[in-house]
Amino acid sequence: MKANCWFGVGDMRVVDVPDPTIINPRDAIIKVTATAICGSDLHLYDGFIPTMQSGDIVGHEFMGEVVEVGPGVKNLKVGDRVVNPFPIACGNCLLCKEGLHSLCENSNPNRWMAEKLWGHSPCGIFGYSHMVGGYAGGQAEYVRIPYADVGPIKVPDTVTDEQVLFLSDIFPTGYMAAEQCNIRRGDTIAIWGCGPVGQMAIKSCFLFGAERVIAIDRFPARLRMAREKGGAEVLNYEEVDVREALREMTGGRGPDHCIDAVGSEGHLPGSAGLYDKLKTALMLETDRAPSLRQAILACRPGGTVAVPGVYGGFIDKFPIGAIVNKSLTIRSGQTHVQRYMRPLLQRVEKGEIDPSFVITHRLKLADAPGAYRMFRDKEDECIKVVLRP
Amino acid sequence: MAPTMETGTSTSPRQNGPHQSSLLSALSHRDGGLRDRQEAGLASALGWVGIGLGAACVAAPATVGRWIGTKDTDGALQAIGLRELVSGVGILASRRPASWLWGRVAGDVIDLAYLANALHRPESDKPRVIATVLAVLGVTALDVLGAEQISERPARRVENWGGEKGIRIHPTITVNASPDELYRFWRNFENLPHVMRYLRSVTALENGRSHWVAASPAGMTVEWTSELTEDIPGRRIAWRSVEDADVVNSGSVSFRTATGGRGTVIEVEMLYEPPGGTLGGVLAFIFGKEPGQQIREDLRAYKAFVETGEVPTICGQPSGRAGQSTCRTGE
Repeated sequence: MKANCWFGVGDMRVVDVPDPTIINPRDAIIKVTATAICGSDLHLYDGFIPTMQSGDIVGHEFMGEVVEVGPGVKNLKVGDRVVNPFPIACGNCLLCKEGLHSLCENSNPNRWMAEKLWGHSPCGIFGYSHMVGGYAGGQAEYVRIPYADVGPIKVPDTVTDEQVLFLSDIFPTGYMAAEQCNIRRGDTIAIWGCGPVGQMAIKSCFLFGAERVIAIDRFPARLRMAREKGGAEVLNYEEVDVREALREMTGGRGPDHCIDAVGSEGHLPGSAGLYDKLKTALMLETDRAPSLRQAILACRPGGTVAVPGVYGGFIDKFPIGAIVNKSLTIRSGQTHVQRYMRPLLQRVEKGEIDPSFVITHRLKLADAPGAYRMFRDKEDECIKVVLRP
Repeated sequence: MAPTMETGTSTSPRQNGPHQSSLLSALSHRDGGLRDRQEAGLASALGWVGIGLGAACVAAPATVGRWIGTKDTDGALQAIGLRELVSGVGILASRRPASWLWGRVAGDVIDLAYLANALHRPESDKPRVIATVLAVLGVTALDVLGAEQISERPARRVENWGGEKGIRIHPTITVNASPDELYRFWRNFENLPHVMRYLRSVTALENGRSHWVAASPAGMTVEWTSELTEDIPGRRIAWRSVEDADVVNSGSVSFRTATGGRGTVIEVEMLYEPPGGTLGGVLAFIFGKEPGQQIREDLRAYKAFVETGEVPTICGQPSGRAGQSTCRTGE
């Protein structure tokens, strides 16, 4: 089959690989009908995620049709149309039973690698380095799904692929960030980053009853989408002083809660941005986090800073003093997608939200390498790419 | 779940009995000091080197100054000597020699700065100073190595080991199942090769004895016969090898309900004399086939098997690499 593989920094290639097979009893094989490039795939592309191996099949947002099931999978049958969550979770361990699927204790066979970096390991993740299992990803014609009786959910024919594809990651991810903010009716939420997760977070904040959402980015196309599709007020951080603008827009109080949907490769103009560029270039910190620092400093005392953006290592100049002296709550995590898929599918079915509004480019799987480049460089106002095998 | 693994190797306490000079005993063989550790050799050697050099610098700074080419007479060498003496005694006598060794590393940095300064002074014998810089760099490397060795793993003495050299591994894991279920699995030793990948086979014999065949690091197999030494249903099983074992070993596994009833904590303890002696154990540790890591990984596989009915793996999945399929890393 054809699969999009990582061969090094900035080097994705669609190559011929063997078809996947059932390995464990609870596996299923899916024929991929749609897959997307995630913002976090860019961290792989840019070499920010360690333990990638040349030739790894990438991609963790995908859906398709079941073509084979192992003897342990009773809830799926050949021909079912399913969307698959990006975390691999067994459903049996203590943390899965608590609904913390992205922290599954069993699904990552390489836990020891992640433990060296983080003390403990998250779950296995499709196509996202060997530290989280080295599982082959879904930017391919076929993909093997471990614990297929727990992850993929069936979707009805009344919804299109594009409407439900993002249940695999970005919709639950934006939604969980909004949920973590414990939004009360009338709240104002500031969101850093208007990529796909930021866009989903904007929508989700309104679903939770926020009165205002202020979205921050530097790309006009993303800001336009946030304003027109999401209903957010927008700030271009290259044009205004974000903290000052947020203070003014909120009567001096600051946004009630903040969401950092940027992650480890954030940019900031001026000396603060240069600082992180230098430090990461010198390997003195692994992640750039100007958006996280700014969110912490901007947030109203007593508020929550939710971090759906992916960070992998270490940052410095972390404003712990602001967290303590403003009684802030910091919440984060890889998304427990399994927990959100069904309720969010219902919202899509009811027409409360149609996540496909973020799609800007529809391409073939074979176009993946060029699509990564375009997405990274934000060419052609690229926000979200969907690939079809 | 917080598996722990510790290895420690005792040198025989009997070798260094009371017949030795009391100063030497006091310095290097206090309880809890270095004697329990396989790294004792390097650390205590560095301690003695420090004392020797320190004494020379304090007693004859001018002579040392000529040797190393700095020829200074301002007392800096005596200060350095004093520091070396203190850190040397600290390493040998302290219950926490690691911090003293890290102190030596800091001292090395100071020495290098001192030497760099000496390079610019006209009275210095530059070739000698450069030679000294290289020597100090070498010592710094050894200091870092020694400090890292004894910092990383809090070692524990192997008790009831008859003074022999041995390695102790002590991994633990929490599994969502009852102590009784887990006990039943483990009590049938013939099940263990399904879980412990280093075990090739276990065959039950009569009288609670069993015959074990295991893979050894060099790709060979080792065999031994074990006897049960303890068997408390639902709680604990212990065993030890009997005469003629390729690997002298003993072990136990105990089961207790985790706090809040959140599963069962399995604690494994294994003591063994590694094939190839302590050196074999150290080499195995350095080159990756370290049994503590392996057994911890195996316990995880066991947990996954009990909880999910299968062991997660990527062995056999496709990739864009030519040749063999990706497989589990860390084996």
